Amino acid sequence: MVSRFYAERAEIARFAITLAIVIAVIAYVQSSGGLTWQPLALSLEIALVSTLLTLVIGIAIAVLLLWPKLPARDFIDAITSVPLVLPPTVLGYYLIVSLGPESTIGRLWERVFGGQLVFTFKAAVIAAAVGSLPLVIRSVRVGLESVEPNLVAAARTLGAGPVRVFFTVVLPLAAPGVVAGGMLGFARALGDYGATMMFAGAKIDGTSTGAIAVMDFLYGNHEADARQMALVMTVVGVAMLYLANRLTRRMHPHRA
Amino acid sequence: MPELTATIALARGSEFALDVELRCPAGITCIMGPSGSGKSTILAVLAGLQVPDRGRIAMGTQVWLDRDRAIAVPVHKRRLSYVFQSLALFPHMSALHNVEYGMSDVPRAEREDKAMRLLERLGVAHLAKRRPRTFSGGEAQRVALARALARSPQLVLLDEPFSSLDRELRTQLTRLVRELGAELGVPVVHVTHSVGEARLLADQIVRLEKGRVVARGTPAEVLAGVTSLEE
Repeated sequence: MVSRFYAERAEIARFAITLAIVIAVIAYVQSSGGLTWQPLALSLEIALVSTLLTLVIGIAIAVLLLWPKLPARDFIDAITSVPLVLPPTVLGYYLIVSLGPESTIGRLWERVFGGQLVFTFKAAVIAAAVGSLPLVIRSVRVGLESVEPNLVAAARTLGAGPVRVFFTVVLPLAAPGVVAGGMLGFARALGDYGATMMFAGAKIDGTSTGAIAVMDFLYGNHEADARQMALVMTVVGVAMLYLANRLTRRMHPHRA
Repeated sequence: MPELTATIALARGSEFALDVELRCPAGITCIMGPSGSGKSTILAVLAGLQVPDRGRIAMGTQVWLDRDRAIAVPVHKRRLSYVFQSLALFPHMSALHNVEYGMSDVPRAEREDKAMRLLERLGVAHLAKRRPRTFSGGEAQRVALARALARSPQLVLLDEPFSSLDRELRTQLTRLVRELGAELGVPVVHVTHSVGEARLLADQIVRLEKGRVVARGTPAEVLAGVTSLEE
């Protein structure tokens, strides 16, 4: 019991150290010649909003996939996972076809909000979200499966209906999986290139995302800028994956 | 006095794996039998966690299940409490919050008081603010019992909750269950392997073998001459 207490402390320390390394690298890059901040800031902003969006949708889909009476589960599973293997250009193509100015949803969007969806910040969020959704769903599923079925049964016998069971027992106990999913999704959204390029364009209000900026820098003979951006994005990505792996390892699936 | 009546049939393959009829008046009914005889399944069906192929369950005048009339009251609407073999305490909640979880019908302001009184009664008030992973086996059992009784249930189901405890602790808790059961005045269905526990607790014993009732009656009738079943 004592060792578990220390194990949890060690886990928190690990998170803190990881975060410190990320900040140190950004500070180092900043001090040695200065980083062009706008693209990174834009990417972080897009990734953050996209993560919130994918978490809500991802949790809903993960719950649906665990519902025992779901018909065609494997097919739905494959459909929601397919962004992992499709070329980014294909994702971009589908986004333009389904949400672009010629589509029903695109026209409806224009009528309600008075402007097009494509080539906006929202479009960049959607493009980033499509790529990270499968990662979020997978991770949340592992989290949900790690919840001991007996605890759910106990909650039901204590008078809790399905909604209360979900929010008071299932979701809190699946939290490591949900957080890990959020981190993976965030890292993936931060790095999106192809779908963003096609659906949101190379620049949003005059600024490129971090991923796109690396190419701009490189072809614009700003190699130092490209290197710095690459370094920062790599460190953030490694940190996210490291922490997500740690969280995932703490869970033990109880259900097949 | 409310009485639990149940007929349950559950097929596995072409044969009925479980085919029993139960009448449990207020007081303690011990269900005994070898592993795989269907004891835990009966509890799961009574609780509504599992649906039998055929069957009818009535608690007093309320019908909880009637396969012929397509009645099946969901688990959370049956006023019962269930102590699982694994206890199933919520690991992310303190003992107090575990006990309060089932008290949704008690006004919020009174919940903590009532929960604390129960924890005190069971001798684990000092654990109120702590989480289950720090509890010993006996402490966890007491908290689980407190949580089950906090609901003012119409029916109490106990699935070998004391099987992992040493003899002394088991006797202690068995007495406590007897006392609390008598106070509630509701049917208590207690699944156990232990002849000693059954002798001490039971008003009625039902013995199962391969999913069928082979004997029922008072401990004196059923356990006459039996020194150990599977203990």
